[in-house]
Amino acid sequence: MAVADNNIMQGAGGRLALLRRAEPVAIPVLALVAGLGVFGLFLLTQGRSPLAFMAYVWQGGFGSAFSWQNTLSRAAPLLMAALCVALPARLGLVVIGGEGAIVLGGVAAGALALPLAAAPGAAAVPLMALAAMVTGGLWIGAAGALRHYRGVNETISSLLLSYIAIALMNHLVEGPLRDPASLNKPSTAPLAEALHIGDLPGMTVHWGLAFGILACLLSWVLVEWTTWGFAARIAGGNVRAAQVQGLPVGRLMVGFSALGGAFAGLAGYFEVAAVHGSANASLAAGYGYTGILIAFLARHNALAIIPVAILLAGFDASSGLVQRRMDLPDATMQVLQGIVFMAILMSDAAYGRLPFLKAKG
Amino acid sequence: MDNNLGLWAVPLAVIGGAIRVSTPILFVSLGETLTERSGRINLGLEGTLVLGAMTGYATAVMTASPWAGVLVAALAGALFGLVHGLICSMPRVNDIAIGIAMMLLGTGLAFYFGKPFIQPAAPDLPAIPLGGWSSLPQVQAALNINVLFVIGIIAALALAWALRATRPGLILRVVGDSTDAARALGLNPALIRTAATALGGAFAGVGGAYLSLYYPGSWNEGISSGQGLMAVALVIFARWSPVNCLWAALLFGGAGALGPALQSVGVTQGYYLFYAAPYVLTLGVLIATSSPSRALSGAPGELSITK
Repeated sequence: MAVADNNIMQGAGGRLALLRRAEPVAIPVLALVAGLGVFGLFLLTQGRSPLAFMAYVWQGGFGSAFSWQNTLSRAAPLLMAALCVALPARLGLVVIGGEGAIVLGGVAAGALALPLAAAPGAAAVPLMALAAMVTGGLWIGAAGALRHYRGVNETISSLLLSYIAIALMNHLVEGPLRDPASLNKPSTAPLAEALHIGDLPGMTVHWGLAFGILACLLSWVLVEWTTWGFAARIAGGNVRAAQVQGLPVGRLMVGFSALGGAFAGLAGYFEVAAVHGSANASLAAGYGYTGILIAFLARHNALAIIPVAILLAGFDASSGLVQRRMDLPDATMQVLQGIVFMAILMSDAAYGRLPFLKAKG
Repeated sequence: MDNNLGLWAVPLAVIGGAIRVSTPILFVSLGETLTERSGRINLGLEGTLVLGAMTGYATAVMTASPWAGVLVAALAGALFGLVHGLICSMPRVNDIAIGIAMMLLGTGLAFYFGKPFIQPAAPDLPAIPLGGWSSLPQVQAALNINVLFVIGIIAALALAWALRATRPGLILRVVGDSTDAARALGLNPALIRTAATALGGAFAGVGGAYLSLYYPGSWNEGISSGQGLMAVALVIFARWSPVNCLWAALLFGGAGALGPALQSVGVTQGYYLFYAAPYVLTLGVLIATSSPSRALSGAPGELSITK
């Protein structure tokens, strides 16, 4: 009996290998569908049609060139916010404070608007982006450092840091960095025309999208194809084993957290330089929190973040249309995100257990 | 008598604020202590707090009874805790990540169903005017103590006793310290953890009802701003002791009251920085009390967050 089983396993080897590769894609997709199904039931209890909901999401997020551009513009910060979760996750860290890095990155860029007003754009633009990345990197890198050197749980510390960042932004934007001309909405000084970031050629989507995708590609190469990424994955699997091997676990933790934070800071930079034109409270738009969901949906794979972020950005972009046409509160999308997130996390229990993903034997 | 207290108004307002602001933090941290003592962490209590605030307020509006509101908030919290507990009993499911998802879902549901209740006014929970002896309105205001605060103190003492001296308390501690030892005793760890998570959720729900029914005493979407999460962090500071939770909650309530107190005497500079004080204090306390090398004293052995 055992021998027969063994033979079948070998005979089905190719099929089994294929199934092994299919599982990490199939399970999140099934979980997403299941989550949407539960949300559909929720809509039914509210007397709303789930099919109409999906139709409006399609129309508002992906149905026309206009909605695609809206979706892709929103995808830009989400790509970078998701990396802020996915990169530290390779070391087993659950960082949820990306919102703080986005906000402070944006403020750092906005703070340079006045000193760089007269500087040539070619020098000033990279300087502002760099300032945003360094600020975001320090913020999340601190959570990684606290985890390694002080044993402070990074989930709680990063979220506390995020609340502190938002308070700091409010303080700076209403006080020391406030442009006296900004009356009812306190903002930093508006960026000089030369410092604005325009759209990608032939589209009305700003350059943040290209940099977001580039960041995902670079992160993927880093994690999958470099020794640092390999070391990080070992440390994420088993910290003790990594330490025994002499891997610099502390530096990896701080480095991966800081890199994730730097990308989130860059998202803040693009929000300032390409969307708002100055730093103000609209920087805290919740991209950091949607980024958490995207990273988990993508199973912390930087390449998978790209389609998932575009999907979630489409939901985001359509939310105004859905609310108006179906007379739903603006928290509807948050309920949807919560349910989908729960479904994704519950699907962790399904790995290796789905009957149709097993070789017949 | 002169009603102008000058700078003395600041410590008085901080004490009064500590008593007023600490109650939700106290209830959430008591609930989280129970949950963490069973070996599980529930980061979703921030969502439970907001959900408790909404259900409590909505019930009080509809029944005209604030106590019915507290009861429904406790039930909603227990239900949410139950869901968290059941999901975390599944294999390979990460309790910290589930907590983040529950936080998102709880606030989402509260905002979704709470929309129609932003306008109507609910009856407030009663307060005990312990400052009635004083002719100073500031003293009277500071010592106006809500019944739920008193209940919270009693609950903290009762929980401390129950954990130390009763059979359910012992069972909870065994399950929290070693799953294997609990199994050897014929206990069902998953079941007990789920019950502890549900009970912890009920505490957090009551904390939420206090927010919407007493202080600040209205329902809106910015009602919690991370207090539930701070309470979860505070449990580490309080070393999983219910009585320490009381002191920690008072300390953090006072920190939260500092900004408004200074503003009331005319110090408006850096208002937002004072607003950040409780978060900075929580983070500082976490850094000071954590250690990279050894388990924290008093930490339940099965708790993932301290490993």
